Amino acid sequence: MNEMSNKWIGKNTIRPDGADKVTGRAGYAADNTMPGMVWGKVLRSPHAHARIRSIDTSKAEALPGVKAVVTRDDIVEFPLDKSVMLGIQDMRWMCRNVMAREKALFHGHAVAAVAAISEEVAAHACSLIEVDYEVLPHVIEIEDAIKPDAPILHEWNQFEGKPSNIAGTMVLKTGDVEAGFAEADIVVERTFKTRPVHQGYIEPHACTVSYAADGRVTIWSSSQGQFMVRAMTSLLTGIPQSDIRAIPAEIGGGFGGKTIIYLEPVAVMLSKKSGRPVKMVMTREEVQRATGPAPGSLSTVKIGAKKDGTIVAAKGTFYLQAGGLPGSPLRGPVGCSFAQYAIPNILSVGFDVVSNRSKVAAYRAPGAPLGAFATECVLDEIAQALGLDPLEMRLKNTVKAGDKAIYGPTFGAITFKETVESIKHHPHYSAPLDKNPRPGVKRGRGVASGFWYNAGGESSVQVNITEDGNVLVTTGHPDVGGSRASISNVVAELLGVDHARVNVMIGDTQTIGFSNLTGGSRVTFASALVATSATEKVIGDLRQRAAKIWNIDAEAVKWQDGMALPAGDNAGKFPPLSLKELAAKANEMGGPIGTQVQLNTTGADPGFATHCVDVEVDVDLGIVRVLRYTAAQDVGRALHPAYVEGQIQGGVVQGIGWALSEEYLYDAKGRVDNAAFLDYRMPVCSDVPMIEPVMLEIPNPKHPQGVRGVGEAPIVPPLAAIANAVHDALGVRFYELPMSPPKVSARLDAAG
Amino acid sequence: MSKLHIATSINGEPVEFLADPSASMLDALRGPLGLTGTKEGCGTGDCGACSITVDGRLVCACLMLAVESEGHEIGTIEGMAQGDHLHPLQQKFLEMAALQCGICTPGMLMASRALLEKNPDPTEEEVRFGLAGNLCRCTGYDKIVRAVLETAAEMRGAA
Amino acid sequence: MTDIRYLAPRTLDEAVGAFAAAAGAARILAGGTDLLVQMRNGVAKPGTIIDIKKIAEMTSIEETADGGFRIGAAVPAVALAEHARFGKVWPGVLEAINLIGSKQVQGRASPGGNLCNGSPAGDSVPAMIAAGAVVTVQGPNGRRSMPVEAVPAGPGRTNLQPGEIVVSFTLPPRPAGSGDAYLRMIPRTEMDIAVVGCGVSLTMAGGVVTAARVGLGAVAPTVMLVDTAAKALIGSRLEDAALEAAAAACRAACKPIDDKRGTIVYRTKVAGVLLKRTAAIAAQRAGGN
Repeated sequence: MNEMSNKWIGKNTIRPDGADKVTGRAGYAADNTMPGMVWGKVLRSPHAHARIRSIDTSKAEALPGVKAVVTRDDIVEFPLDKSVMLGIQDMRWMCRNVMAREKALFHGHAVAAVAAISEEVAAHACSLIEVDYEVLPHVIEIEDAIKPDAPILHEWNQFEGKPSNIAGTMVLKTGDVEAGFAEADIVVERTFKTRPVHQGYIEPHACTVSYAADGRVTIWSSSQGQFMVRAMTSLLTGIPQSDIRAIPAEIGGGFGGKTIIYLEPVAVMLSKKSGRPVKMVMTREEVQRATGPAPGSLSTVKIGAKKDGTIVAAKGTFYLQAGGLPGSPLRGPVGCSFAQYAIPNILSVGFDVVSNRSKVAAYRAPGAPLGAFATECVLDEIAQALGLDPLEMRLKNTVKAGDKAIYGPTFGAITFKETVESIKHHPHYSAPLDKNPRPGVKRGRGVASGFWYNAGGESSVQVNITEDGNVLVTTGHPDVGGSRASISNVVAELLGVDHARVNVMIGDTQTIGFSNLTGGSRVTFASALVATSATEKVIGDLRQRAAKIWNIDAEAVKWQDGMALPAGDNAGKFPPLSLKELAAKANEMGGPIGTQVQLNTTGADPGFATHCVDVEVDVDLGIVRVLRYTAAQDVGRALHPAYVEGQIQGGVVQGIGWALSEEYLYDAKGRVDNAAFLDYRMPVCSDVPMIEPVMLEIPNPKHPQGVRGVGEAPIVPPLAAIANAVHDALGVRFYELPMSPPKVSARLDAAG
Repeated sequence: MSKLHIATSINGEPVEFLADPSASMLDALRGPLGLTGTKEGCGTGDCGACSITVDGRLVCACLMLAVESEGHEIGTIEGMAQGDHLHPLQQKFLEMAALQCGICTPGMLMASRALLEKNPDPTEEEVRFGLAGNLCRCTGYDKIVRAVLETAAEMRGAA
Repeated sequence: MTDIRYLAPRTLDEAVGAFAAAAGAARILAGGTDLLVQMRNGVAKPGTIIDIKKIAEMTSIEETADGGFRIGAAVPAVALAEHARFGKVWPGVLEAINLIGSKQVQGRASPGGNLCNGSPAGDSVPAMIAAGAVVTVQGPNGRRSMPVEAVPAGPGRTNLQPGEIVVSFTLPPRPAGSGDAYLRMIPRTEMDIAVVGCGVSLTMAGGVVTAARVGLGAVAPTVMLVDTAAKALIGSRLEDAALEAAAAACRAACKPIDDKRGTIVYRTKVAGVLLKRTAAIAAQRAGGN
């Protein structure tokens, strides 16, 4: 088989979609138009919690220019008593999230939608829809939602025999946690709170949809998975999947938030009713009010250790804010918070708490950062109390290959230790830090680690050799961060052809086989795996064709540098046949050259990360700034190093925002009070330093190129790392995020 | 009031269009003018995705009425490359992977060009503050800042 | 299609006439960085938009015969930054104006708009107040002048009479030994609204403060001139006691609210912190003159 020359793998090639993206030509969701198109607009609930008694759309329908109105009656209902799952999403909740049914569950919840000849007319028509609401008391925060007398969102939901806002639990355990604590020399238990944060993709949700006269549907939209769009739209409209062509537009960021849909089924029904293509684009305000943030959390973590730092027991209790409908990512904190440590006794429990805010959606390592915030801060406190170096303490407790993970499987190769050691030996960790550089300014350094499961799953690819002897690869995964570049590196490498001869496209649902979401740190892992398999098949075919031409055995042909060569006894007997030559002879030698490979990929081992951060605090103003950041992670093998680094850098900066400045704020009526980028404070360019990624390339033995998922692990450690650094600077521990100036100032004033 | 007839210049070419008096320049660019390279991230001037230039000055297209373009020179991302010859910033963004999803990229490039035109030799801090009006959620800004600094160095070298 | 009218008069008289004729249904468009956001959010629904940027007097920067400056109300922040002399004489006013939003916003936003928007948190206003700037307004009854601090009436409201338009700001000539500065507290480094803003202008002789003005923003329904803080500084050498007295005066002047951008306690504390820091910078600049 092909010798790995590493001519393209590991090179920072220019992405196939690059020129379009720097010239403004790339087609994003809101850039599309269709002939005869009308505009859709959503009417949203003005109340945080209200029963919907009736909806009268007659005045809106009568408005000139209005082409269709849809309500809950137009969306397929999934009864409450029967779960229908699509991936991790329960369609009972999805159908109620897309269009409020019995109740409006949050301010901004979709209640009806209008299609009209312009956005203005559609908006005006929305204002003419008469909704009879019975306004109900609302509840936002976890502490309030779990009180015995809290307003109950879903009367049918019971917990411990009573109506409750706790909609689900998850328990993982090993050993006997109480016995473990009894053995400990030190036990630290702390309670932590984090606020909901938004994924913050810059591109609002948008779609253009056509329901044609023959019932066939075309959807052009931004998502992390066109097959998810097709399947959910099919379920929510009753249209068979074979009649729905979901075309993935270029996606302007997702981070998990575009793994579910909001607009597409609504637009389909508007198009069906109006007989016109329909375009819908959310405003930023709609995005912030009505699309999934990550959950807020209330967590208690208790860890017991021996004097030498050996952890003997850990208990975690994690309450997560699901939003108006169940489904917070409990497996994040419950499964990940202790996963990289060999702890004999663990009890990890999660509670899914509904309250009157928008339904959560996945956000980069869903739930894991808030769990790591709790665990890694408690570990820091224990290490300090025991006089241990925090990294040494982590090294002492690392899991090993063969250990059983609390969430089920037995670990294969474990590369956690390498990330810790990498930080330990990095110049950053030992660099002098002037803790009092100026009057009123203090500095500190902190470390923390993180774990994420990573995922494999379904992936499809086609590799076709064009008639002129070049290569077209089609995958089923929207490219959010440069995956096309990684795949073109792999295929060029295997085929031994110049990178520029390989083009990579993203297929739509009707042109490529099923492919699961771009998410879970899985796309490079899974698509490189199927692309490798497909390319190897193509190479096998090419060798056979050369063998036929030479009339020798296919085994006696090798493929090298983009050419078939006679090998073994036949070496040198025939001039090599290049890919171009073989392509030119394709039809006379058996027809077009190409194949599709579809696999449910496995072998995605978990990701580990360890971070080190220096912060500076303006003591009088309570402002925390990040001065230096180093992030070590096992990336398996970096197919395209710059995009791997970019994943780490981007994840870290999102974590910095989570730790220091981002949060959802609500007014007394339960409305989001900061539904704009001005007051939802994501880090701007001048807020952050360069982020130094340390890529540890320890090949994943279960992957042909050694790839390991990288996208999510980088957001897991920053919350705790920064909190630990702030403690180092100020001697004060923060148990609540964000560590925003008024909060830091108030804590310092209280501490005297 | 009916739509107003506007005569302006976009990327050096004369353009006429009809604008509702309340329409933003962003609405006009993305709508009747078909220049969808200018992106809408927020519509309130907080993300910079719709950065354009007006008489050489950087502005958010969402914060300007379309009718205000009358008689002015508008520059958009579509005019940044010269034919198939990318601007050095565009080329460097590609070479240095200074984009991931790409939605902020047109605005980021317009802001970067405006920055370098005013200050051909910026410090890292000047680049960071110069681009503070352009949100990027993917990259953590690192590779963008490096690409701008490196382009500046190359352009100075070439000048 | 909306029923909004757009007018771009060439003369001030035309603008004033149209503004008065609209009887409250019109909005003046300078940079538009607030107005367009308000229109998008449905907060502002003007029947007529009067774009004043084609009026020469409102878009020019002049040095007056006595050494002061006259700044047209619609001059964008970036034009002040590009002016050869302005930033040397009034560095604090310039840095305040250049803190209004991003580079993109600075390409449009003007001191007149910042003032007339009536936000208690407008960045240029405390610096203008500290500078002793006077605004010229023109309305149906002619021209008049008033100090900047007399313009704000409350959040989103001004003391301008119906039909009056802010035409320009006049900054007085600068005695030797003068310096000004503006600092604001924001959670991020950019792209935020001031949680507290503080402008200080000082004139010093032999190390002693001979004149001082202090403007304070985002801590009360309007941006304020804080005379008590200025008095605490005048006659001092900016010793710790004098600075603390001025800071205390600023804290005492605060009547803030708890909102999404800050708490009463935090804002009050920060007003004092910023006064000290701003005064130190202004003093350094005064000494450098």
